[in-house]
Amino acid sequence: MSTTPDVLAGPAIQARPRTLSGRIVQALNKTPIHIALGLIAIVWLAPTIGLLITSFRPRTDIQATGWWETLSTLRFTTDNYLGVINSQGMLGAFINNIIISVPSTLLPLTICSLAAFAFSWINFPFRDTLFLIIVALLMIPAQVAFIPVLQLMKPFGFTNNFIGIWLAHTAFALPFGIFLLRNFFITLPKDLIEAARIDGASTLGIFRTIVVPLSVPAIAAYGIFQFLWVWNDLLMALVFVQNAANNPMTRQINGLLSQYGTEWNLLAASAFLLMIVPLIVFFSLQRYFVQGLLAGSVK
Amino acid sequence: MLEQPLEIAKDQNALGGKPRKPPAVEQSNGKVALIFLLPALFLLAIFLVYPTIYTFFLSFNRGRRGEFSNWVGLDNYITLFTKDPNFIDLSKFPPSGALFNNVLWLIFYTSIVIFLGLVVAVMASRVRYESIIKAIVFLPMAISGVALAVIWVFVYAPDRNIGLLNAVLGIVNVGPISWLGDPGFVNAALIAVGIWGSVGFATVILSAAIKSISTEVIEAARCDGANEFQVFRRIILPMVSLPISVLAVTLTVNVIKLFDLPYVMTNGGPGTSSRVIAFTMYQESFPGGLFGKGAAVAMVMLVIMTPIMLYNVRRFRTSSVV
Repeated sequence: MSTTPDVLAGPAIQARPRTLSGRIVQALNKTPIHIALGLIAIVWLAPTIGLLITSFRPRTDIQATGWWETLSTLRFTTDNYLGVINSQGMLGAFINNIIISVPSTLLPLTICSLAAFAFSWINFPFRDTLFLIIVALLMIPAQVAFIPVLQLMKPFGFTNNFIGIWLAHTAFALPFGIFLLRNFFITLPKDLIEAARIDGASTLGIFRTIVVPLSVPAIAAYGIFQFLWVWNDLLMALVFVQNAANNPMTRQINGLLSQYGTEWNLLAASAFLLMIVPLIVFFSLQRYFVQGLLAGSVK
Repeated sequence: MLEQPLEIAKDQNALGGKPRKPPAVEQSNGKVALIFLLPALFLLAIFLVYPTIYTFFLSFNRGRRGEFSNWVGLDNYITLFTKDPNFIDLSKFPPSGALFNNVLWLIFYTSIVIFLGLVVAVMASRVRYESIIKAIVFLPMAISGVALAVIWVFVYAPDRNIGLLNAVLGIVNVGPISWLGDPGFVNAALIAVGIWGSVGFATVILSAAIKSISTEVIEAARCDGANEFQVFRRIILPMVSLPISVLAVTLTVNVIKLFDLPYVMTNGGPGTSSRVIAFTMYQESFPGGLFGKGAAVAMVMLVIMTPIMLYNVRRFRTSSVV
């Protein structure tokens, strides 16, 4: 789209030309931009598409020719996917991803909403001080907590089941989640909440029937951000999952890479299995997703 | 310091003619508040506050098995900064080590991401398929660092039947180059992957900022005879300076926390040439068992992070509350 609307176009302003030849001239003026954007599109698409094509090519073809020569052979197979699902434990890892991600999203959403509500609509002593302390905790990189938290979890065996990684993901999400949701909650109309209060609604009732329903967009954006964060995580899983049967896909793929460096067919297929869920989220909930990521930029 | 914006907000409220009231529904209800806050405070105390204190003291210990076994004072820090070439080596030029690699990332990753983000945002705003271009460039933001790493391990593969980059270079008879196996190329190769993954984020943020510039201003400038470059330099650039500083901070935080790409693509190698601080912290603590040293690296990360986050939180609060 040209940035100049027709209505305001004066004589010296480049308006959208009305004649065919005028349009052709304008299109030619933009040719360098089209070429540059075309190159950018290729550089940003080719690596991912290459991996997708590779994941469907037979193992012998992958080693014989590049994926860009695939038009000359046109042989595709789902063997790579069957291979990683059946023999490389990728199905179990996919299920582990779901088992890890769902509670690690719902728990922080609940806990953060409750706390953010207290910080925005309940008056209590030292409220702002306490909120500032929580915001200050944003500064702490997760690395600072790894060693002591592992020491704490050891006697309970939390790292041998999913409890350790659930708790770790939940706790490290809190400062940011509380901060984000509180900043949204305080923008809700005060009159509405005071009216409910006068009508005799309880504090929990106000939270449940007014604040949460009005904040669905913010909570959804944060929820999607947190879900993808956990789904894509490698570091926390390396530290807090110490039972190989509970490994999520990120760890499984890293294992594949270091174990058999050149099993390209298995690597390509498993990387795509890892990407499927985020890609579905990206294409179906793009608006919430972009919002969540933009808001998440302070994390 | 952070109180101020809130005060301004209240004053504006008062100026608006409404009676000045505390923004709470109930007068001082500590018990109810505690019920709402308890789960969060409990987890924060156990998983963030206590561990920070623990790690601080652990960094002054030898710390075998993560316990306070052997007080060594500042020894871990002295080792890191003067005796460990894997962490920082300033004795030769160019310097090397994990901390120096983070500096490389900071300089090149941050500036190139912002530059490319601005270029793509400006160019995309002038064509009809703007949203498609933005979606294509933004796509890598959705996928895991591990998937990003696998995608680029393929692109960088020395085998010309696998590696797209060496295949392209082969057309002009260059290479094949072992991008991830050569200490001279590995950091540039990894930074390029980081840039590829983050440009979309910069594009989306800067594109929103460019859209907010009124078209009248740009038209007036063109009326006065400004060319496209002058419009960019004199109008667009000043208007996006705030979003650019926001981006710079975000990307800096990314650099400090960077772990997945070096861990998956090179495991810090070849040798130790592509290590970064977050990788060193993990490597020294868990496979290495040197918990005291790992704790010291974690504290270094905390010290670097603190001023950045202070700035970040202050900015965020100011812009969202007022």
